[in-house]
Amino acid sequence: MWNASVVAVPATESIQRPDFMPYQNNGGTVVAIGGEDYCIVSATTRLGLGFAIPTRNVCRYSILNNRVVLATAGMFADTVTLHKVIKARVKIYEEQQDKPFELRSAAQLLSNTLYYRRFFPYYTFNVLGGLDEDGQGFVYGFDAIGSGEKVKVVCNGTGQALIQPILDNQVERKQQYENKQITNLSLEEALDLVKDVFTSAGERDIYTGDAVDICIITKQRGVFVETFQLKQD
Amino acid sequence: MELHISSSATKAENFSSAQLFVDPTRHTTAPLVTGGSVVGIKCSDGVVIAADTLASYGSLARFQNFSRLMKVTDSCMLGGGGEVSDFQEIQRLLENLITKDFCFNDEHIQTPRSVHQYLGRVLYAQRSRLNPLWNSLLVGGYAASQSFLGVVDLYGTTFESEVLATGFGVLLGLPLLRKAYRPDLSINEGIKIVEDVFRVLFYRDARSINRIQVATATSAGVTISEPYSLETKWDFEGFVNPRSTYDESTW
Repeated sequence: MWNASVVAVPATESIQRPDFMPYQNNGGTVVAIGGEDYCIVSATTRLGLGFAIPTRNVCRYSILNNRVVLATAGMFADTVTLHKVIKARVKIYEEQQDKPFELRSAAQLLSNTLYYRRFFPYYTFNVLGGLDEDGQGFVYGFDAIGSGEKVKVVCNGTGQALIQPILDNQVERKQQYENKQITNLSLEEALDLVKDVFTSAGERDIYTGDAVDICIITKQRGVFVETFQLKQD
Repeated sequence: MELHISSSATKAENFSSAQLFVDPTRHTTAPLVTGGSVVGIKCSDGVVIAADTLASYGSLARFQNFSRLMKVTDSCMLGGGGEVSDFQEIQRLLENLITKDFCFNDEHIQTPRSVHQYLGRVLYAQRSRLNPLWNSLLVGGYAASQSFLGVVDLYGTTFESEVLATGFGVLLGLPLLRKAYRPDLSINEGIKIVEDVFRVLFYRDARSINRIQVATATSAGVTISEPYSLETKWDFEGFVNPRSTYDESTW
C-alpha cells in the first residue's frame, strides 16, 4: 500500500514542492559605474556556499567585446551557463553582421534571454556595462527574470543593500544634506569609490570578499582588467 | 482535511504538479548509497586526489572497500562522492566518451579540462530536469606540462583551484589544504597532506573510514594506489578527556 505521508496531498494545495531544489546561492556582488568617457564593471571572486568558501577565485564577468562587459552574481552554475549563451549569441551576431555588438543590443539580448526562462529562471543578478553608440559610459541593471533599466550606476548581488545607497549618494549625488553641485566623477575617483564600497561591504556581507575583478572600459584602451584584493575572512 | 492520492488517476488531472513527484523514471531525489569526501591538491609536477573507500547506506558503513577513484585517460583522473549508482553512471558516460575518441584514432583525446567541462554540462543538464546526478566530482589531471584540478557538483557548479575538497572535506579539509599549499610542493608532499586531511576527516566525519586510495597525475601518467589504511592515534588529551558542554571549550 502507499505510504500515505508521501503520496497523500492536501486537496487545497494542488502544487506540491519537488524534493530536489534546483537552486543554490553562491553570493557575490557586482558593481558598475558609467562615466563620461569610461565605464567600470566589477565583480567579486568569492564563491560562497552556506558558511563555507569552496573557492576564493572564480570569474563572474565576461568581456563580450571591447566595449561591453557582463557581470553576474547569484548561482554560479547558472552564471556560467548564462555567460556561455550570451557569448555564443554575441559571437554569432558579430560574425554574421560584421559589426560590433552594441551595449543596448546586449541589454535587450540579456533581457530576452532571462525572460525566456521566466518560469524556471536563471538565478542570476546581472549588470551590463560599457560604452554606448556615442562613446558615453552607461550601465544596465537586471533582476533574475529580465527586468532592467539603463542607469549611471548600479549594484547587484548579496552586497546590493549595503552598496547601492552609497553609490546613489556619491555618483548621482542623491540625498545630499545640502544640495551640492553635481560633479561627474573622474575615472580615478570612480575606481577609488568602487574599491571603497567593496572593502566596506566585505566587512558586513559574508558572501563578499577575497578579491574583486575590476574591468575598466575606455575608447582608447578597450577593456582593461585589474584585480583588487579584499579581506579573506 | 480532505486528502487525495497522487496515483496515476489524479496524475492526468493534475498533470503539471504530479508529474514532478510520482515518476518511476526519476532516479535520485535523495541519495541512498553514498560516498564521502574527495580531496585534491595541485603540486609542482602533478596533481594528487584522494578518497576513502567507504560507500555508506545511510549511517550504515555498507561497502568498505569501494573504489571512488577512476582513471579516465592517461592524463586525467576522477574522484566521486555522493550517490554511488549515479557515480557509476558517470563512469559509464566517460568510458563511452573515451572509447569514441579511441575509435576516431585521430590523436585527439579529451584533456582534463574538457572532461571537467563535459561533466559540468551533464550535471547541469540533469539538475535542470530536476533529476540530478547526486554527486560531487573532482577532476584532476596533468596535460601539456600543466596541472589541472577542478570540481563539479550536482547543480552543475564548476570551478578550478589549487586545492579542492567536497562534502565534509570542504569544512574540515579545505582549511588544512590551504594552509599546507605551496606552488613548489612535490607529489610525495601532496600525498602526505591528503593523508593528513583524511586522518582528520576520519576523526570527525561519521561517514568516513580510515582506508583510502590516492591517485596521482604526473608526466608519467595517472596512477591509482591500492587501498591502504591510515595510522590513527586515539590517545590525544582531547579524545581521552573530552570537555563537557559547560567547560570553557572549543566545539
